[in-house]
Amino acid sequence: MLTIAVSKGRIYEDALPLLAEAGIVPTDDPKTCRKLILSTTRDDVQLVIIRATDVPTFVEYGAADLGIAGKDVLLEHGADSLYEPLDLKIACCRLMTATRVDAPEHKGRIRVATKYVNTARKYFAEKGIQAEIIKLYGSMELAPLVGLADCIVDLVDTGSTLKANGLVPRELIMNISSRLVVNKAAMKMKNQAIALLLEQLEKTLSQR
Amino acid sequence: MQQKDSWLLPEGIEEILPEDAKHLENLRSRFLELFASWGYELVIPPFIDFLDSLLTGSGHDLELQTFKLTDQLSGEMLGVRADMTPQVARIDAHNLKHEWPTRLCYVGTILHTRGDPLEKTRSPMQCGAELYGHAGQESDIEVIRLMLETLAMTGLQNVHLDLGHVGIYRALAEQAGLSNSQESKLFNVLQRKARPELRELMDSYDIDPNLKNMLLKLPELNGAKEIIAKAGDVFAKANDKVKKALSDLSAIAEQLALRFPALPISFDLAELRGYHYHTGVVFAAFVPTIGREIARGGRYDNIGGVFGRARPATGFSADLKLLSTLNKQLYDIDKRELIFAPYLDDADLNERIREIRTQQRAVVQGLPGQTGTPEDMGCTAMLERDNQRNWVITSLASVNMPGVAQPSASVQSSAIAPGIALPPASVQSSAIAPGIALPPASVQSSAIAPGIALPPASVQS
Repeated sequence: MLTIAVSKGRIYEDALPLLAEAGIVPTDDPKTCRKLILSTTRDDVQLVIIRATDVPTFVEYGAADLGIAGKDVLLEHGADSLYEPLDLKIACCRLMTATRVDAPEHKGRIRVATKYVNTARKYFAEKGIQAEIIKLYGSMELAPLVGLADCIVDLVDTGSTLKANGLVPRELIMNISSRLVVNKAAMKMKNQAIALLLEQLEKTLSQR
Repeated sequence: MQQKDSWLLPEGIEEILPEDAKHLENLRSRFLELFASWGYELVIPPFIDFLDSLLTGSGHDLELQTFKLTDQLSGEMLGVRADMTPQVARIDAHNLKHEWPTRLCYVGTILHTRGDPLEKTRSPMQCGAELYGHAGQESDIEVIRLMLETLAMTGLQNVHLDLGHVGIYRALAEQAGLSNSQESKLFNVLQRKARPELRELMDSYDIDPNLKNMLLKLPELNGAKEIIAKAGDVFAKANDKVKKALSDLSAIAEQLALRFPALPISFDLAELRGYHYHTGVVFAAFVPTIGREIARGGRYDNIGGVFGRARPATGFSADLKLLSTLNKQLYDIDKRELIFAPYLDDADLNERIREIRTQQRAVVQGLPGQTGTPEDMGCTAMLERDNQRNWVITSLASVNMPGVAQPSASVQSSAIAPGIALPPASVQSSAIAPGIALPPASVQSSAIAPGIALPPASVQS
């Protein structure tokens, strides 16, 4: 049995067609069904529906053999104990810094509001900027408006939320897309099944 | 810290309670017995050591993991061992200096400043065995076999062996002439088998296209034994080091397959666990339900060089604490009967207690004014005086209900000789001679001579 961890929402929606190509179609819809474990049309595959940030944790411990997680989540989690063999090229966006339109050029230490604490710390350290990180769980855009932070680090898709709040995207930290991650022990013990799935997904991806 | 919090333990540090400790100690002594039977001699390296010495050679990966303290006597930095392997290598290189193969084993607590992200423990109990002084695959096979036998002792089913060879990647990276920072990026990407990132990285490096292709294929070279043949094609144009590594790996796997026909063996040629000190074959054991390896090892030649003598070396290690949690049911570990004795200054009683204690049974003496009954304390029998004022062992079950025959294991008016394990059947008026194992059947009024084994049926004299 292969267990695949997927988060609800955009990643799930975008992953469905990919999985379907490999013959994996969930028999329930997580939107209408409250089940957390979804069986699929393949007897040997089930999905578990969890929060995006929990995907690397589940896969690391082997609670799920595979997972689909955004590169942003993997980067923040520090996913050295996982394999991430495939870029699924879904749920694409950019991890960026953003400031107020009228923000003065920063000097010295800056305050950064983000939920990507580790990623932001590393990014600013590499640029030689001393940053004080303020962890927020949402509504990042608000922070510069109310003087909580000089700058935010967040995912940017169309940029419309930023614009609506008088912010502008500044620097690109990284292009983000979802990756297929694999538990290290599962890769060895269930190699055949996983190798086959990787091959099917890779084939589908190359035809897109 | 407030009084009420004084029971708190530091993160990742645990105390092991009686049941678990019994199990762990049982496993520990079985392991050491096994190692000894293979000719591996026990060594006990120090818990703290000079930091420089701990971190030499193999130790650089361990710098962050090592707890450091200052020696108040010398002003030198000391460290608490985070891995015993370098210490054992030092013993081989500096103290023993044998000209022949040396086999050493060890078990002890190590400390990690940062716990393993998955196990969460910061104080594993490392046990392992190392073989020094032989460079061939025969010694690799020996330690892998010993690792498998060790795991078999824990009663684990479905152990899975994964084999790799860091020499392949090492030779490719060396031939590509990568700078340190280029190599460390490549290493990072390969560890995650991140194929898209690897492709990007390879495109940015100016190296021989043949080598590039081989490196690009590395993350795909994992699976069952057909991988070896596939790797043979991939590395057709590689240098001799790569080919030698591949043929060694294949030979080792063949040998192991002969000895362990049922053992699932997989290969992973991009497996770089312990890359910074391993030099040859690397291996790890997995079981389903655990998302990471439960034992690991490999070849690490010449590590002893910094301690005075470079020797080939290979070995394995595992966390005994982890292993002891995986299978607790298997062994009837120390289930000796616990007998309650009253607190009395009586020479006969004391002699009787001493005698019983030498016979694989335990006696616990009540203390004056204590609370709790013998049953509370886990006793199944107690010492009492009979009519002739002899100290005899009485089952607690029959004490509770005097005169009532118990359906199982009731012992009445017993003067049972030492060393007799009672069968799960009733024994009445028995005077059984030493050394007789009772069959699982009822025995009545028996006076059996020494050395007679009872047939597996009821005996009525």
